[in-house]
Amino acid sequence: MSGVFSPSRAKIAVRTLRTDRWWLQPAITVAVLVSFIIYATIRAFEAKFYFAEPLISPFYSPCLTSACPTNGSLLGQPLGTVAIFGMAISPALFILIFPLGFRMTCYYYRKAYYRSFWQSPPACAVAEPHKTYSGETKAPLILQNGHRWFFFAGLVFNVLLSIDAVLAFRNPEGQWGHMSIGSLVLLTNATLLWLYSASCHTCRHTIGGRLKHFSKHPLRYKLWTWVSILNHKHPTFAWISLFGVALSDVYVRAVSSGAIDNLYFF
Amino acid sequence: MARKLKLRIWRGDNKTGALQDVSVDANPGEVVLDIIHRVQATQMGDLAVRWNCKAGKCGSCSMEINGKPRLACMTQVASFPEDETITITPLRAFPVIKDLVTDVSFNYKKAMEIPAIQMPQGMKPGEPRMQQVDVERSQEFRKCIECFLCQDVCHVIRDHEENKKSFAGPRFFIRIAELDMHPLDTLRNRKKTAQEDHGLGMCNITKCCTEVCPEHIRITDNAIIPMKERVVDVKYDPIRWLGSKIGKREGIV
Repeated sequence: MSGVFSPSRAKIAVRTLRTDRWWLQPAITVAVLVSFIIYATIRAFEAKFYFAEPLISPFYSPCLTSACPTNGSLLGQPLGTVAIFGMAISPALFILIFPLGFRMTCYYYRKAYYRSFWQSPPACAVAEPHKTYSGETKAPLILQNGHRWFFFAGLVFNVLLSIDAVLAFRNPEGQWGHMSIGSLVLLTNATLLWLYSASCHTCRHTIGGRLKHFSKHPLRYKLWTWVSILNHKHPTFAWISLFGVALSDVYVRAVSSGAIDNLYFF
Repeated sequence: MARKLKLRIWRGDNKTGALQDVSVDANPGEVVLDIIHRVQATQMGDLAVRWNCKAGKCGSCSMEINGKPRLACMTQVASFPEDETITITPLRAFPVIKDLVTDVSFNYKKAMEIPAIQMPQGMKPGEPRMQQVDVERSQEFRKCIECFLCQDVCHVIRDHEENKKSFAGPRFFIRIAELDMHPLDTLRNRKKTAQEDHGLGMCNITKCCTEVCPEHIRITDNAIIPMKERVVDVKYDPIRWLGSKIGKREGIV
């Protein structure tokens, strides 16, 4: 008997006496994240309907294999054709590890999935079901300390997706000065991703959090205060940027498959 | 206009105990601690409860109300629906002494394990000067009233008694952060010992400590995560490690 049922503690038979719906938040988190994982997996393996000039899905950008359309490959096609048992590997599978790693190691998402999936704990003051616990001190969870590397990789992706958004201000013939719903979709997606990255705890640390003397670094201190304001909203940006990526892909897929037309304002 | 309040209060000691039903009057504006005092005065003369200031500043009346760690003096009776039975128990992470009083000496032992600030050599009393921006950062952590609600709710020790020997807990992580962020602290290896001796790596940042803090200290965002990032600087970041070796970066401090 351990934890709240340890011999010296108050003898209370139940693992929590909370009367509110403490299970609701973890249940919603599981439902949303599982839905996203299923959708993203299907789309990553689908390997089609990800490009409709001038729009490219964020799941496939940068598109690095020879399976990509030439005008949709921002960085060229350095990987050529990669196949296993004669089947070409989807271009998405080469890049998704970076945004996936960034979100998996994110301090906010860690809270969300430790609570909802691993139930460690499922909610505050609700006893967890595990007999032992070592936190993030051993493999594999010690790898969470690599969050900053995924953060820097995420910044590279933000730049590339921002370029994609700018390129979307063209018409299908490649002429500049046009704006469509797709342009706004990709622009919104890139903006949300920048907000998610800028509000990140690692960003806050890198900008100025690691300093001992704020007073000796007034510029970094100022930046730190701005990032700190964003940092308060990090969970919000984490969720809406996740929805942003998925909805951008839904839109590009719908246009690419011919289900809808990309409506141009001008 | 008084209302009749239904309570379930845990009574017992470290060997036995149970929830006991009681009904008591509650007046508008009263807090749970008022009600406990009324129960003590009218129905359970030997009910043990620790309290002091009744103003949310001494941190004495920590207990669990409807399963949530809270200060009884800061919990309004009116915040519960009229027909709800309020369940009051002692803190469930610490050994119970009697009724609502627990033995929180674990926290005092952990406090003694945290090395004090080490001022620069040769600096005399009265000499240190700090800029306001540097003071403000740790000022938040100095609001701690040591109610130990964060310690109580932390699942690392609440759900795993065996972790108590190697885990200091959120209250002491804010202490470590306060010292590590202090411009004049020169103690080497504070980050490293936070990870290796005080169990910072055990924290999986599920933020319950922040949720229950009556002083609204952003324990996780402003102390624990910044300390985890500082630990990464000195233990898990090969580029920073290399920088420290060639003298371009601050070393392991």
